[in-house]
Amino acid sequence: MNIKERLKIPPTMMPEQDPAERITNVEEVPLGYTPEMAMLEAKRCLQCKTAFCVEGCPVGIDIPGFIKLIEDGDFRGAINKMKEKNLLPAICGRVCPQEEQCQLFCTIGKAQKDPCKSVMIGKLERFIADWEREQGEYDLPPEVKSSGRKVAVIGAGPAGLTVAGDLIKFGHEVMVFEALHKAGGVLVYGIPEFRLPKAIVQGEVDYLEKLGVKFRYNFVVGKTAPVSQLIEDYDAVFIGTGAGLPRFMRVDGENLLGVLSANEYLTRANLMKAYSFPETDTPIVTGKKVITVGGGNVAMDCARTALRMGAARSLIVYRRAEEQMPARLEEIHHAREEGVEFHLLQNPVRLIGNDDGWISGASLIKMELGEPDSSGRRRPVPIEGSEFIEETDVLIVAIGNSPNPLVPASFPELEVTRWGGVVVNELTGQTSVPGVFAGGDIVLGAATVILAMGHGRRAAKAMNLYLNSGRWVDLDKAMDLSRAEVR
Amino acid sequence: MHEILYKEEIGPDIHLYRFHAPDVARYRKPGQFVIVRISDEGERIPITIADVNHDKGSITLIVQSVGKTTLQMAGMKVGDSIPDITGPLGVPTHIEKVGNVLCVGGGIGIAPLYPVAKGMKDIGNRVISILGARSSNLLILEKEMKDVSNEVLITTDDGTKGRKGLVTDAIKELVDQGEKFDLCVAMGPPIMMKFVSLLTKELDIPTIVSLNPIMIDGTGMCGGCRVTVGGETKFACVDGPEFDGHQVDFDELMKRLTMYSSHEKQSLDHYSSKTGCRLAGTLKGDQE
Repeated sequence: MNIKERLKIPPTMMPEQDPAERITNVEEVPLGYTPEMAMLEAKRCLQCKTAFCVEGCPVGIDIPGFIKLIEDGDFRGAINKMKEKNLLPAICGRVCPQEEQCQLFCTIGKAQKDPCKSVMIGKLERFIADWEREQGEYDLPPEVKSSGRKVAVIGAGPAGLTVAGDLIKFGHEVMVFEALHKAGGVLVYGIPEFRLPKAIVQGEVDYLEKLGVKFRYNFVVGKTAPVSQLIEDYDAVFIGTGAGLPRFMRVDGENLLGVLSANEYLTRANLMKAYSFPETDTPIVTGKKVITVGGGNVAMDCARTALRMGAARSLIVYRRAEEQMPARLEEIHHAREEGVEFHLLQNPVRLIGNDDGWISGASLIKMELGEPDSSGRRRPVPIEGSEFIEETDVLIVAIGNSPNPLVPASFPELEVTRWGGVVVNELTGQTSVPGVFAGGDIVLGAATVILAMGHGRRAAKAMNLYLNSGRWVDLDKAMDLSRAEVR
Repeated sequence: MHEILYKEEIGPDIHLYRFHAPDVARYRKPGQFVIVRISDEGERIPITIADVNHDKGSITLIVQSVGKTTLQMAGMKVGDSIPDITGPLGVPTHIEKVGNVLCVGGGIGIAPLYPVAKGMKDIGNRVISILGARSSNLLILEKEMKDVSNEVLITTDDGTKGRKGLVTDAIKELVDQGEKFDLCVAMGPPIMMKFVSLLTKELDIPTIVSLNPIMIDGTGMCGGCRVTVGGETKFACVDGPEFDGHQVDFDELMKRLTMYSSHEKQSLDHYSSKTGCRLAGTLKGDQE
């Protein structure tokens, strides 16, 4: 097939559950490619000599390589190629913002001036991971000689799971300490079932266990045992405890009944399966009308969850305009399809309660866009005298999270920034304490799954170097990183 | 898994459990709590640790059956196991020698009070305890509290044991007799802690209370346990559970505790109709 023919193939759309149907269940929205669809989509890849897409990938996946194997129908080869760089493809294929990463740099997308028309790299990644899980058989990497070194990973979220998978492949013993009763971190408590089924996360965790990674659940490092004990018991420690501290708006009425953080709302719905209450024991507040404050992916998740929990109206209230929303286009699109209402350039100034202490409404002020702020986005400015009352039964605060302070607070030697992030060497993840590394949202504040995994990937490389050489000073100079990994 | 090593019914619908939980026992200090989940479909509930046994690696929990989870737990036997106990969580009680300490416990709140009273006594304080219950059969840990107190006063709402009346009446009586207290520790139903705090504020006695809001993770992640203390929002799971009683907005706490009342009833009814298990039923609202 020549380039002209390849260019003529339109992007292969992934079938999805009908919006009216899907808001009545928690099943996944996109249904996945068939093998035929995947092989057709793979034909769109031009196999560029210089693969710009790879440079857009924080973990440096050989994208043309795995796509070529799909085109050839060698799915086993494709998944093994994928797993050379990414042990969690079923997750990344679903939640990575490909349009800002690999697909942004795709030659096809550039030629058509639309990253949405790029090769559907994420959907192919998802296909190949799902294919392997459905086969029920995994090719385990060849066994490596044990190094005799032991590593403690704190937190079983995206960063921690990546570190665990890499270090076990390097031959080190790995113990993951998880505070909750399940592994996955934000992947299980935050991201909803309809976007990332929990069985898929569990499948990836099972795979790590097959590789030899050990997990200890219900273990809150800093409480169940101090970090100092882990430093004593292990040869290196990785802190990946995430951004699990919800921010609130600090307006009057925020402690009214029916006002929840996005973390609480999503944890009840996802990790605790409140959608099956009372068959499961954890309840969740429901209402005819639900307001979610915020414009990120988490806000979209809340607004869409509210519809599935029976809300007749689900509103997003966001203080900027749609163009400034940090949520992925696909999430905004899915939310709108399902009937989520977008109330833009509005911001709550006060929440209003009834006599029983339940929220009954939010006083919102209208905003307009002013000069750009430090983030480069035009700053929203309140329009004086424009306040009005929007009635509501439930209000979810989805305006972001800060790094979880539990580990830093119990470990004063660890240097943190003013806003609570752990200070690290950006290349290696080294913290101020020798032998201790950190990465993911505990460093970045609330960012993305794939950035956390990129951090984990680099930290694992550095930890491997450290474990084998004992070198701590100038460790970054000894690191051999590709351009994609440094990005 | 955490095996039940010992179980005893110490009052109507009130059980004392010893669970095998060596990780929790190792570093636990008075005032700390655990989050318990008793089945794979279970909810996560916070329970304050009443005692530990380091040799056996066990922790003691005293639980009153008030809803589905606690009722289901009451149906478990020695040798049964539960999947999850997480902890020890929360900031431990600040135990120091201050002189005279007044320990006030109400209902099931006497369970978390016991290790604090013991700690206060062990460090050399003179401990006077007031234990309140609705009725004599609901009074728990009387003997244990006597062992760690210089003096114990008992009040019951119906007069079936000790003085008839409220714990606040007993506090007034002691102060009227000329007792001087350097610190008060009050644990029990929020309404009791509220009125003890109001009284001790008047009497100028610094007061610690232990709060029991709704929680999920217990690590600061969900914010469900937020309480207002001194006009500021705090998370009881990581900033508490103990706070200055004179600063706590108890009315807000009591309202927030009702957030899932209808769901809790629905869950209990669902379980009762499925299993035939029911609460003895006379004690609503007396939970820790």
